[in-house]
Order: sequence, then C-alpha cells, then structure tokens
Amino acid sequence: MRDVETDVLVVGAGGAGMYAALAAARGGAGRVLLVDRSLVGRGGATIMAQMTVAASLAEESSDDPELHLADTLAAGRGLCAEALAAALCGDAPARIREMEEWRVGWARRADGRIAQIAAPGHSRPRCCYVDVLNTGPAVAATLRRQIGRVAAIRRVSNLTVTDLVTAGGEAIGAVAVDIATGAAVTIAAKATVIATGGLTRLYRRTSASANMGGDGYALALAAGAELVDMEFVQFFPIGHLAPRLVGMDPIMWDPFRYKLGGRLLNGAGREFLAGYGSDESGAYTTPRDLATYAIATEVAAGRGSPNGGVYLSFEHVPRAELETAFGPVIDRLARHGIDLNRAPVEVSPIAHYHMGGIAVDERMASRVPGLYAAGEAVGGANGANRLSGNAIPEALAFGERAGRSAAAYAAGRPAVDWPHRAGADAADRIVRLAEGRRGEIAAAALLDELRDLMQARVGPFRTAAGLECALARLAAMRAALPEIAIAPGRACNPTLADWFELRAGLTAAEAVARAALARTESRGAHQREDFPETHPSWARSQRVRMAADGDVEVGFLR
Amino acid sequence: MTAKIARLRVRRGTPDDPAARYEEFAVPFEDGATVLDGLIWVRARFDPSLAIRYSCINANVCKECTIAIDGRVAYACTTRLHEGTPMTLDPLPGKPQLRDLVSETRPPREKLT
Repeated sequence: MRDVETDVLVVGAGGAGMYAALAAARGGAGRVLLVDRSLVGRGGATIMAQMTVAASLAEESSDDPELHLADTLAAGRGLCAEALAAALCGDAPARIREMEEWRVGWARRADGRIAQIAAPGHSRPRCCYVDVLNTGPAVAATLRRQIGRVAAIRRVSNLTVTDLVTAGGEAIGAVAVDIATGAAVTIAAKATVIATGGLTRLYRRTSASANMGGDGYALALAAGAELVDMEFVQFFPIGHLAPRLVGMDPIMWDPFRYKLGGRLLNGAGREFLAGYGSDESGAYTTPRDLATYAIATEVAAGRGSPNGGVYLSFEHVPRAELETAFGPVIDRLARHGIDLNRAPVEVSPIAHYHMGGIAVDERMASRVPGLYAAGEAVGGANGANRLSGNAIPEALAFGERAGRSAAAYAAGRPAVDWPHRAGADAADRIVRLAEGRRGEIAAAALLDELRDLMQARVGPFRTAAGLECALARLAAMRAALPEIAIAPGRACNPTLADWFELRAGLTAAEAVARAALARTESRGAHQREDFPETHPSWARSQRVRMAADGDVEVGFLR
Repeated sequence: MTAKIARLRVRRGTPDDPAARYEEFAVPFEDGATVLDGLIWVRARFDPSLAIRYSCINANVCKECTIAIDGRVAYACTTRLHEGTPMTLDPLPGKPQLRDLVSETRPPREKLT
C-alpha cells in the first residue's frame, strides 16, 4: 500500500501542469494528483509572463497555423522537432480562445477585436496579451479558478518530487518529500506528467523563479527518458541591469519595445545592431539569439555600459505615448527614480527559457511508458532558439496533450502493481537526510557557486576549455553530495530541500555542458567562440541519456 | 559603490521550540537591495538553515514572501534594506508558524495530511 494512489500524477503546477491536470480529468481520469514544490499556481514560469502569447487568431490580419509554424521553424535555426512545433502552432488558437471563454481578459482594440502585436521573428501581428504587463498573473489565476472547480483534481503544495519510480521499464509513480513535515511520501500513479519547467535558475543572471532548477530533467533522465537540445539555453537579450528595480520582472523591457520601439545603444551611445546584420531603425525586430550575441560581443570588446551591458533608450519617445502605453508602470518607475525621457536604462542578456528538455512525441509521451512531459520541460519544439510568445501556448497546448494522453494511458491500465521495495531506497534517503547530518559543506553555498559557474562557463559564450572546466567542477560538487550538512529539524528544513535541488541541478547542468561541448559549431542560442560558424552537418539534434552507472551521455537518436 | 550594512533581526525556531529567539545578521548590501536579497545572502554565505518562503524572487507576482517587517505585513522582495536601526522580521501574524519566517499559508485543501 502506497501513501497515495492516483490515476494521473502531474509534477509541477504552473501553466502546463495546471492545464495537464484539467485535461486529464476531462479525459476521464477519476483521480488526478497535482503537486508542486511551491504553492499550486503561484510558482513556476507562467505567472511571470509579462506580455506576449502567440496564436494565429487572425484578429489583426490574415494568419493561420502554417504561417506561425514557418516562423517558429525559421527561428529554431533548423533544429525544431517539426511535429512538436506543428502541435504548438496548430493547437494555440483553440487554447487561447478557450482562455478567453474562461475570462482571462485578452487586451482588445477599440473595435472589440483581440489586440495582436508583431513580436520579433513573427511575420505578422500575432501576439495577444493582458494589460498592463499582466499576462502571466491573469493566465495563472484563470487556470487556478478552473482546477478549483474540478473535483477529480487533488492539489498538494510544498511537495517536492525527488525520484520517479519505475518497474519493468514503466513509470509507476514517484517518491516525494513533504516540505512542511520532512516526511517521505510514496505515490503510485498509472501515468505521470512532468511539468516542472526549465533550468534557467542555474544561471546567475536569470529571470527565473526559484523553481526553475532543472529538477524535471534530472527526474526524467534517471527514469530512463532521453533529453534533447539541452545545449540551447535562451538568453533574453535586454534583461534589466541597472539602476536596480525591485518588484518588477527584469524582462519588462520586452513589452516596452513591442509598443514603443526604443533604441539599443552601446556604451558610446551608438546604435550597433546594424553591424551584426540587423538594422532595426527604431522598430523591434532583432531575434533573441542575434541580439544576445551582439550585446555580449559589444561588452566583450569594451563598448559596454558602466554595469556591463548596453543602453536601452526611450528618450525620444513623446511623454504622452509613454503614458498611454504604460501609465501605471511609468509611475512605478518614477518611484525608482527612473524617468525614461531623461536617461536610458542599462540592459544585458539574462537566462530566460530552456529550449532543450524531455524528448517526447506529439502525444507528449517520452520513451518510458507511462511518463509524459508538458510545457518548458519538453524539448524540441523550439529548436535552437524560441520565438517570443511561444512559451505560454506551448504550456497550454502541451499541457492539454499530455493530460489527455496520460488519462488515456491510465484508463487502459489496471491498478499499479507496486513491487516490494520499489522506491524504498529513495524514501529511505529522505528519512536518513531528514535526521540531519553534521558537515562543513552547505548545499546553499554550492547552489550559489553553481550559478556563477554556469554563467561564466556554460552561458551565452562557450569554449571547449571553459566547458571542460565547468564539467570538472560539477563532478567535484557531485562528489561532495554525501558530505553536505543537513540542519536538524524536519519541518520546513531548507537544507533538506537544498540537497535535493543541488543533486538535480548538477545533473541538469551536466546535461547542458556535455551537449554544449559536443556541438562543435555555433547555432542559435549555442555560441562557441572556438567554433563560430554554423555547419549544415550539425543541423541535427543531440540526445542526452543516463547510463546504468549514472553517467550523463550525449549522442544522437538511436 | 561601497557596501553598506543592514542589520536583520530574524525570528528563528519552531512553535514548539523552547529556544525560539531573535537572531541578528549583519548583511552587506548595495543601494536598491531588498530584504529578500539579504535573506538569500544569509542562506548562501552564513546560515543555510534559515527558512523563508519565496518563489518568483524579483517580480512580486507569487506573493509567497509575505512576512512581517517591523510589525507591518510586507513583501520581503520589495522592501528595501537600510542602514542603521535593525529591521525586525517575523512570520506572518495570524497564521501558524512552521519554522523561522515560514508560516502555514497553504490553502487547507492543498495539504497532504
């Protein structure tokens, strides 16, 4: 008898996880367990989305999923898993209109049409949003309302899944730690959906919430699934750098550029994107990978701003236009001493989204029977570079598919036959660690160091020497895991949570570094200083898998 | 910029802990840094056992870092650190404390037991 039994277990309760739970219940699953290490519907990445949601609604101009797909494939630099990209673009309109039926409140033009703007890389106005900078909170609140109405969905907050459990090569559930009590919990599930988001919290400069530590990738690898495109970490080019802002997402300048254009200037006050093949002329058109490369190159060449970025200027935009577009935000900026008409702000690349992730088919099934993935945890749909606006539709579309597929799989399966001692090692580890342990090394300190290491060696610019240095340090940190101190006290013990976060983060970081070392070219978000050219022979995705001895290996699809 | 020092007086312990107390940390900071920045610094550099609930860190959308600062309910992620008099940090009043600055803010139906 397990502690908890369910038909469908959904790990992670951001946009993808909440939607997967809804779809699983709609698909006939009588028991859906939706768990999150944070609070259900509060953590994750969806709630942090500022603005754009891409869907070919054709409200502003003619459009269709084929055109959205063409733009997505072009942005992906030849690496998109086309079936996944087509699923994203094809499902997006239905998901976005459904959100409107659920009263998310997409911004509308004066004539009543849903407003859609042209974001970089999109061939037409395609991105809807909720004003003002409220897309993520509105989407998250809408989904929270929906799951609250479904009796089949049981929500559990502050439950961290530490291990998946397999038997005979099939996923049969998970082991988790209940943060509030420090207790080990075993969960038997006929099907499991991983919706844990990405790994950008592994970087020093990041827009990520605390939950984006790559744990879902580590869970999937250890369960026998493969990861794909792990070397492609999207750095959002114009993350806020200075002066310090609080209570505002560092991605906030993206919507400003959508609505107002703005000018990107180097430390000498000169526009520089034209030198990298992208002449913006006041509009916002440069794709994220190219802009990140251009900014990092300017800074490296000594042409950066005082804090190590570049300037973003709205000094030329008339006051009335600023007020009309972002009135309340302009007031908040004023309280931070920022007047966009008087001075530019400093911006620089910031880890924002992970293109890589769990390899799945268009039903969101991994190669492990019973194991599915949804949202940013999935790899492949966005190839080497994600088009802006594709993350929320990916969360909803893939959440819907994963939940539906998991429910169908669960329906055809008898009650889980839980073998003797399945998951026992994982549960015993939690019990043992929760007893506390003396030691000199703190996981919190290593997690802090890991973020500097990833930023410097596995960030927007990479070399073989730097990546090998990172891998050596990752191995040393892994070797320290058995000696890390755990503070006494089971309830809400952050050192216990840190230990599992570090273990998972090291695996995810190693997957990125190994894939980056193996790809001896530059493409999209993966830029090698020692291999600056893009090679047609590299127009293929790499797979990452875990060997029986726990080693992380890189290869191609077998 | 020269680092300034903020003094954080933090409620430590659990409700059934006879040794529950305030503990003071001296936190170096640069202008603009927040109470949450200071607490994360304490965890990484000084005392990893300090418990604080947070998720979005800097966007003020998750609302998980709500605590009492000098007796007033506030977000740790938007309250600025300052020099001089210590800032006293307590878990949310009116909610059961779990440990240090973490109180039971989960909706009752989202608990496992």
